[in-house]
Parts: sequence; C-alpha cells; structure tokens
Amino acid sequence: MAIEYLGLSNINGPLVVLEGVQEAFFDEIVEFVVDGNIKKMGRIVELNEDKAVIQVFEGTENMSLTNTHTRLSGHPMEVAVSPDMLGRTFNGIGIPIDGLGSLGSADKRDVNGLPLNPVRREYPRNYIRTGISAIDGLTTLIRGQKLPIFSGNGLPHDQLAAQIVKQASLGDNSDEQFAVVFGAMGVKHDVADYFRKAFEESGVSDHVCMFLNMANDPVVERLITPKVALTVAEYLAFECNMHILVILTDMTSFAEAMREVSSSRGEIPSRKGYPGYLYSEFATLYERAGIVEGANGSVTQLPILTMPNDDITHPIPDLTGYITEGQIVLDRNLHGQSVYPPISILPSLSRLMKDGIGKGYTREDHQDLANQLFSAYAKVGEARNLASVIGEDELSPIDKQYLKFGEEFEKRYVGQGPAENRTIKQTLDLGWELLSLLPKEELDRIDTKLIEIYYPKKENEGA
Amino acid sequence: METKNIGKIYGINGPVIYLKGKTGFKMSEMVYVGRERLVGEVISLDKDMTTIQVYEETSGLKPGEQVEATGAAVSVTLAPGILNNIFDGIERPLESIAVSGGAFITRGVSVDSLDTEKLWDTHVTVSEGDIIHGGTVIAEVPETRAILHKCMAPPDVEGVVVSAAGDGQYTIKDTLVTVELSDGSRRELSMTQHWPIRVPRPVHHRYPANEPLVTGQRILDTMFPIAKGGTAAIPGGFGTGKTMTQHQIAKWADADIIIYIGCGERGNEMTQVLEEFSELVDPRSGNPLMDRTTLIANTSNMPVAAREASIYTGLTLAEYYRDMGYDVAIMADSTSRWAEALRELSGRLEEMPAEEGFPAYLASRLSAFYERAGMMQTLNGGKGSVSIIGAVSPQGGDFSEPVTQNTKRFVRCFWGLDKSLAYSRHFPAIHWLTSYSEYLPDLAGWYSDHVSPKFVDYRNRMMAILNQESSLMEIVKLIGGDVLPDDQKLILEIAKVIRLGFLQQNAFHKDDTCVSMEKQFKMMDVILYLYKRARKLVAMGMPMSVLKAEGIFEKVIAVKYDVPNDNLTMLDFYKKDIDEFYDRVIEKNG
Repeated sequence: MAIEYLGLSNINGPLVVLEGVQEAFFDEIVEFVVDGNIKKMGRIVELNEDKAVIQVFEGTENMSLTNTHTRLSGHPMEVAVSPDMLGRTFNGIGIPIDGLGSLGSADKRDVNGLPLNPVRREYPRNYIRTGISAIDGLTTLIRGQKLPIFSGNGLPHDQLAAQIVKQASLGDNSDEQFAVVFGAMGVKHDVADYFRKAFEESGVSDHVCMFLNMANDPVVERLITPKVALTVAEYLAFECNMHILVILTDMTSFAEAMREVSSSRGEIPSRKGYPGYLYSEFATLYERAGIVEGANGSVTQLPILTMPNDDITHPIPDLTGYITEGQIVLDRNLHGQSVYPPISILPSLSRLMKDGIGKGYTREDHQDLANQLFSAYAKVGEARNLASVIGEDELSPIDKQYLKFGEEFEKRYVGQGPAENRTIKQTLDLGWELLSLLPKEELDRIDTKLIEIYYPKKENEGA
Repeated sequence: METKNIGKIYGINGPVIYLKGKTGFKMSEMVYVGRERLVGEVISLDKDMTTIQVYEETSGLKPGEQVEATGAAVSVTLAPGILNNIFDGIERPLESIAVSGGAFITRGVSVDSLDTEKLWDTHVTVSEGDIIHGGTVIAEVPETRAILHKCMAPPDVEGVVVSAAGDGQYTIKDTLVTVELSDGSRRELSMTQHWPIRVPRPVHHRYPANEPLVTGQRILDTMFPIAKGGTAAIPGGFGTGKTMTQHQIAKWADADIIIYIGCGERGNEMTQVLEEFSELVDPRSGNPLMDRTTLIANTSNMPVAAREASIYTGLTLAEYYRDMGYDVAIMADSTSRWAEALRELSGRLEEMPAEEGFPAYLASRLSAFYERAGMMQTLNGGKGSVSIIGAVSPQGGDFSEPVTQNTKRFVRCFWGLDKSLAYSRHFPAIHWLTSYSEYLPDLAGWYSDHVSPKFVDYRNRMMAILNQESSLMEIVKLIGGDVLPDDQKLILEIAKVIRLGFLQQNAFHKDDTCVSMEKQFKMMDVILYLYKRARKLVAMGMPMSVLKAEGIFEKVIAVKYDVPNDNLTMLDFYKKDIDEFYDRVIEKNG
C-alpha cells in the first residue's frame, strides 16, 4: 500500500511523470516529499499502464528527477469538513493558514462532488433580499440560484459582492442559519484583505469560511480551490442545514489556470486556446448550487468573473452565461458616471426570478413592473442614439421624456449608496415613481388593472 | 454459446480509456468498465488499441481493471413505461437512481430502464394463425391516460403466430406471442424491444410535409410555421429565451408525444419542467402534460459522453412512438452542448480539429440527426411523424459559428432569437427579419382549408409591413421620426401594433400563453382592417396625431389580453369599434 517511489521521469511546468507505479487510479491524490523536507501534493490526471502524469498543486519548484519521494494516498482529492470551519481561513486546497491549528475532524469529503439528480432537486423559489434595487427589482436573486457577476478590471464587483453578503445576511428570515463560503482563485492580497475586512465590519466574519489562493500562489492549486469551497458549502448546506452563499472570485483566473495546465499537457486547444472541456469543467462547478429535497439548507452561488477586455462574448463569460441562471453585468460607462452599483440593466438577467416574485413572494405588480422598466430603458437607448445623431433639441417630446426617465432611472434606481439597504416596497414604489415620468399610454407591458392601482396619481394629470 | 470478449484497461484520460492488444470488441458496442461496471461504448478500433468512451465519471479507475463487452450496441429498451418518466442520457430512470443511490448520482448504478415488475392491462391484438411482420401491432396497453401504447413486432420478425396469450395483466417481460419464423425456428415476443440508438428505425417511406405542427405561438404558427415531421432550429445567445420557447412548444404543440431532451443544460430547469408539466393540463386531452411527455435529462455536470448519447436516446424513443402512428415532437435543448461534447471527446482522442476546434464530422453528424425527422408511413402502414426542434447556443451569440451555420444547412425552419429584443423583454424574442420557414408554401393548402383562404395573404401583408418598418427605421435613426410623411408614420404605427399586439406573446398570461389558429387569424384580420381604415383617413389628409389621439391603436394591441380564448366572437366587435373611430375622425375633422 504505502510504496514510496523514488525519483521522477519527467518534469514539465506543473506536471510531473512517474513511471513504474502500481495500483494507481485515475484522479488519485499523491504526496511528494522533496529533499526530505518539503511536502507537496499532486493529482493523477492521466494514466497509461504504469506511467502516471501528475499535476503538482504547489508547483514543481525544487523538484528534480532524483530528489523526490512519491507516495500514493489511495484516495481522490478530499477535504476535511466540520461545522467548525466557519470563521476559519484555509489555503486553496483546504489546509488551515490562520494559525489556529488543524480542524481535528476525521470527516472527509471527495472534492469532485457528484451530480445532483434532477428528480431530487427542489426548484428554487424563495428570493433573497439584497437591498439593492437593480438586483431586487430587476434581476432578483433566488435562494439556490447561481448568479454570476460579469465584471471588468477596475469595476467595483468586490464592493458589490460585499454589500450583498452584508445585506442579505440581515434578511427577513433571521431564525435560519446563514453562512458564507468564500473561495478566492488567484486574487490579489488587497482583494482578500478587502473581503476579510468587509466581513468583519458587517459582523458576519464568524460565519465565513475562507479559501484563499492568492495571485502568487501556485496555479494548479487554483483548479482545486473552487471544488474545495463548494464541497464545504454542500456539506454545510445539506448536512448541517444552513443557507450558504458561495462567493467565487475570480473565475477568469480559474479558466486561465486550466488553459495553462492544458497546454503543458499538450492537449488540443479549442477556442482561444482554452481546452475543449472548459464548458464541462465550469458546469461541474456552477451546477453545485441548488436545494436538495428534504434538506433544510441551500447553496446559492455568486461567482465573480472579470471579462477580458470587457468582452462579454469571450469564452469565459460566454460559457458561464450558458450554464448559470442569469448574470449581473457591470458597466464601465455607468461606473465612469459614478453610478454605484454600475449594473448594466439590459444584459443583466435572473432566470429564476419569474417564479420567486409576484403575489405571495414580493408583490403582484413586480413582474410587469420589471418588464416595463426593461422595455422603457431599452427605449432610452434608442432615444440616446437618435439624440447623438440629430441632437437632443430635435427629438420628439416623447423621446425627450424617455431621456429624462433614463437619467433619473440611472441616478436613483440603479444608483444607490454602498450602505443603502432598500426594502422591496421601496424598490417597487421607486420603479412606479420613475415610470410616472412617462405618459400612461407608454406602459404597454403592464396589466391595465395594475396601472390603476399603482401608477402614482399626479396633481398635474394630463400635462 | 459465445464467450464474452474481455479486455484490460491500459490508459485513462478523462472520459476516454484505452485498451491494448486485440480485444475482439465491435464498433459502437456497449461495454462494462472496471469493477464498478461503468457503462461505456467502443468508439475506435485499431490493430493494437481499442478506444472506449465512458458514460460515467472515471475517477478511481485503475489500469489493469477489466472491461467486458456486452455483444450489443448501445441501445434503448422500448416498452410501456417510457412516458411520464425522466431518464438520464442512456435511458436509466432518474427516479430509480435516486431511490437506490440518494440525491446525488453515484457511479455504476445498475437499474432497469423500465419497470419490469409492473403489471399492465394488456389487450393482445393477434391470434393464432395470423401472419405478422415487422411493425405489426401485437398488443395494446393504455400506458397513460392520454396514450395507448401499441406493442409492435420488432422490424426483423416475419412469420406466423403459433400461440398468443389472452388479454390480461402482464409485465413487459412476459411472453405474449410466439411466432414461427420462415426458417422454421420459433421466437417469443414480449412487449419489450431493444434498438441501437445510433441506427434509425426502419420505415416504409417518407411523406411530404403538408400539415403544420400547431404550437399556439403566433410568431411560429402564423409567421414561421413548422410542419409535422419538420425540423427547426432556435439559435440564440444566453438569456434570449431558447429554453422558454422550447417549453412553450412542449406545452402547447398539438403533437401526441413530446420528447424533451435536456442535453447539457441546467439541473434546475429539468426540475422545473418535471414539476410544471406534472401540474399543467393538456388543453386537448384534459390530462396532465407529463402523460404525453418523456424527459431525457443529461445536465451539464453529468458525464460528457452520456451527453453525446442523450440526443440519440431521445431520437430513438421518438421514432418508436412514431412507428405506433403518433406525431412526436422532439425538443433538443441544446444541440450546441451536444456538438461541444463531440468536440471535447474529439480533443481527448487527439483528432485533427476543423473549424473552431470542432471535429470535421460535425456537419455529417448534424445532418444525420436532423434527417431522422419526417412524416413517415410506418412499417405497419400507419402514419406517424417525428419533428425535431433543436436549440442552438452559438458562442458569443454569433450566428456565424460552425454549429449554427451547419445546422442552418439541414433544417428548414430557422427561428433566430435576437439579443436586443430580449433586452427590451420582447418575448418570444424571435426576430421576424432573420427568421424563415421553408414550409410556408407546403402548408399553404392546409391553412386555406383549415383556417381561411385569406390566411397566407394576410400573413404576407403583415410581413411586408414589418419589412417596410425596418427600412423606415433606418431613416428615423438618422433624422428622427417627425419628418416622415403621414402614410409612412402610419406604417410605423401599424408595425408597432403588429409587434406588440401580435408577435409579442406573454407566456405567463392565461389567455395569451397559447392561442388557437382561429384567434390568430382574427387578430390579423382586425389589425389589417385597422390599417385599411386608417390608411383611408391618411389619404384624406388626416394627420397621424389625430388618428393616434383616439386610443384605438392601444385597444387593438390589447386584444391579446382582452379577448378570452373561449369568447372569440368578441373579436367581431373590434371591427365595429374601428368603423366608429373612422366615422368619428371624419366627423370631427372632415
């Protein structure tokens, strides 16, 4: 069982090749001892009879073809789990780095997880109030959903995520247990510190479990970090009955790491050099959100990704959008106008929203109101295009009204304070107030009955 | 007795495994891999190397473990129990997997495709001395409240019935009929058949398409109809409503059977279909929609090889029901995921990539898939159809990518979803200028006989208005709408009525979610009547602002909500309202 192999036959980037192995299995974890003192871990990614290709998590520095002892662990990548993980900080492969010692838990889980059977899923229906109008009103986050933030470098996605954590934790169902699992892949130290501080300030830090793989940590480790984080999240949600919000940042680093490893394995690249299995890899992460029938907990995912060159058609955001249940897109132009949060309304979407809002959840007019705001804001874009050609003065009166609406909408509805926590009622009423800038006839997406109830009565009616 | 071929694992690379030496395996043969008996399929043979794709997660496999050939190609079990059920990509029922393995899908689960214990009320339709051949119905079983399952003799059987069981309760494994074949040997037939998924089931011949698949969706039925036995593609970037459109068709189409293939899509979506379809009632039969539906769920996190197979599994089930004489519609959501599965496996096999990394055989696989659709005369002389509606998820929403382009070559209906329509929440976001249907001329006769002789003419007139709108919008974008002459302003207004009042359809509104052909026609009639009367007014020199002040345009837009589906006579009053509007305008301004 515990045979030690001395030496390696090949080292190439993060990959090493070991020959003559016996009884190794695919996806098995191996332990290395380099020079008798440095410990490293790796994973078998390819097997050909007795030749194993191994990915080394901590990088292959200091390893030579002769100084390495390798031992097969006999199990796939596992992580120790325990309810005590909350409040703790781990590295990218689940080893504590906060100096508080090991977990002392013998309970281990395979990080690869298993696909959740659709017949045992519960369709997510409860919304999470984030207190942010653009999200609550137009792209409502649902418990058990996976809703990524598509951002760009320099945009305040971290601030937005921190605000969501802070305000969602103070939600209406305070008797239920809420916790955050934070997985960082290749992030800057400043970002990790920002989140740590934000969690402390909002008083949730003893309900946060952090997995940190920094920008200068080994690349291969990043491939495991989200899996470790999600395994812990699933454990806390489905075995400890907690409602877990998972924040994964930055998915782009994860994909980059995959491309790097794939290319050093000499695999055939598909789009932009990413491996052909990028979609499947993403899917195995993102699909680990949801609610299991009979369990009291849920896993909600809020992955953050930075779109290379703000390009939403880049394979990373593109494939993500096809898997996740919507997306929140941040916009550099709005950010430039100091609108916070700079959420670009039109491409943002929550697929699960339709079943989690309306009568019995938020308010009966929510869906129609949201559709109308989307549709009106789309018209604002058309009016602005026209204005840029023929000048604002030449616009028809109705187009001018749209311009006014657009300006107010961006300033007051999308924009809000970083600590401002709006109720659903405030958000919905604000929506109606803004719509009242437009004549009633323009409201073609709302049931006439609802218009009668909610359309604000103005003193100067008909003006 | 043939001895089973056995090989040993040599190499493992993701879902692909290699065996060394001569194994004697056959192409496309189903194999069991390793101690856990994972299901796999032979995909390439070489003098000294056999390549197998494994339909389950391969972590934990070791070189040296045994691979056992089953002697048969990967096939599906065909018998009562398929409907009102949900399967994974290789026809394993997810409910049984959940019962035996819990909420998460573990590996190497061995469950029967269909319930072999359940007793079905069976009416045996042949008796001793009858001559039967492939396709002959030997028994009828009420499978669900909506569907009578006709058990047929497998296509390769021809002979004389020497004994037949009486009516009664049988399991799908019980022998019902014994046949003496022409060579004198005897064969026992039960309700069960097996059929390899990659081989089309035989038919007598193909009929031309001449009957529409009525979906209750105005933009489809009126503007871009699909025939029964036809093929359609719905391409669109994420969030443009591919899945919603598929759901709407699956709910309301006038097919007898719906096969919904969730290929590499979201788990929550499959759960939603399962929940929703169990509650929703089929407007035609009054039974739950699940009674006519089968779901094939291979969500995006299930193994990639099974994703590739799921499309064929669904198709084979569809062909089986077609052979009974039913009209079957397949929703394949999404064929891009299937194409990507091909690409992923091709990459693992280190094949030479063609365009965008897709294998060169992408086009031939797609054409073979879509060509299995059609309105057919079945082997038993009946008439059944398989219609395929495939969603396409183009990379970056760009229709010039290989999957969309190749699909376009093999389908006759193209329902292009548009991002800007989706952004303004105009649903269904099918763009009327990029979409087309080649079936329109084939179906003109049907529309004329079953709806109205004017139908196609009205449809074309509406399309013409929309096309005029689009060219006028070019001008408006440059100089604003105010400078247009009033007759052109009217075109813009009528086009708006068509877009909002006709093309846009609310899937969540009880009256608007599914609309009969009669209502669709009458709505067109009202809109075009409004146009006719308004045009007369404009010709008299009435400015558009006067016409708009009346609110009649808004009223016609709201027809879709205001006229309930069970009271279509209300639509006749709209013409009177339009006449009144006409008279009033003349009176005031004339």
